[in-house]
Amino acid sequence: MPLSYTLGLSALLFSIGAAGVIIRRNAIVLFMCIELMLNAVNLAFVALSPTAGVQGQVFVFFVIAVAAAEAAVGLAIIISVFRHSESVDIKNFSLLRW
Amino acid sequence: MLTILFFFFAACAGGSALMVVTRRNPVACAIWLIGTFFSLAAIYTLLGATFIGIIQILVYAGAIMVLFLFVIMLLNLGNDYEADIRGPVWMMFAGGTVLVMMGLLARVYVEQGTAPLGEAGRASLAAQTAQHGSVGLIGIPMYQQYVVPLQATAILLLIACVGAVVLAKRKV
Repeated sequence: MPLSYTLGLSALLFSIGAAGVIIRRNAIVLFMCIELMLNAVNLAFVALSPTAGVQGQVFVFFVIAVAAAEAAVGLAIIISVFRHSESVDIKNFSLLRW
Repeated sequence: MLTILFFFFAACAGGSALMVVTRRNPVACAIWLIGTFFSLAAIYTLLGATFIGIIQILVYAGAIMVLFLFVIMLLNLGNDYEADIRGPVWMMFAGGTVLVMMGLLARVYVEQGTAPLGEAGRASLAAQTAQHGSVGLIGIPMYQQYVVPLQATAILLLIACVGAVVLAKRKV
């Protein structure tokens, strides 16, 4: 199986995730799209690990741990914003906008 | 055979990812995202990274998605969800982003050619797996070369736990 297939799938998933971040307004779905992009990068790391060394898989492990921490903190922020404005639409997340 | 399986799971992953982006109900998005994670775990296993595949199912499809679904149900977003897909201008913007990324990828392909996956690297990875086991393959470098990042990750997880509790608790 050529390397280009896996890297192509990785690029496709990353593009779908980026498009999702652009077209959705629900904060939780935005988080899901970010997880999708993180997974696409993980796939690229794993696909390159036979040629570039096993360090790629170690990095995937770290990426998964950081993604778990990010999801926990992000969802806590969403809960506190929901308490404030009864909605998770990102038009309510404009407090820090210029 | 491997290639057929790869294309099957790649189609599953891409299709589920599209459904994540296009479904309106957040619960449906979460369920399709779990499908993507399982397909990616299968692809990791096909690529020889069995431990990463198992971690993917345990941590992503297990822990993180439970967190997502729990928050969706805690906030009661699955029933009367508001329409949250932006208008056609944003759709065109998103399509343009996808086209630019795919164009960059195509340019790399045209310049570099489609290099085959090095059989030597694959064989050496398989030999290392046979020697250390699929856990030791990752665990040995992690506890020898990457001890400091590992400890930093542990502290990060602790801080994230405390921070999540502090952010989400009601004001006393």
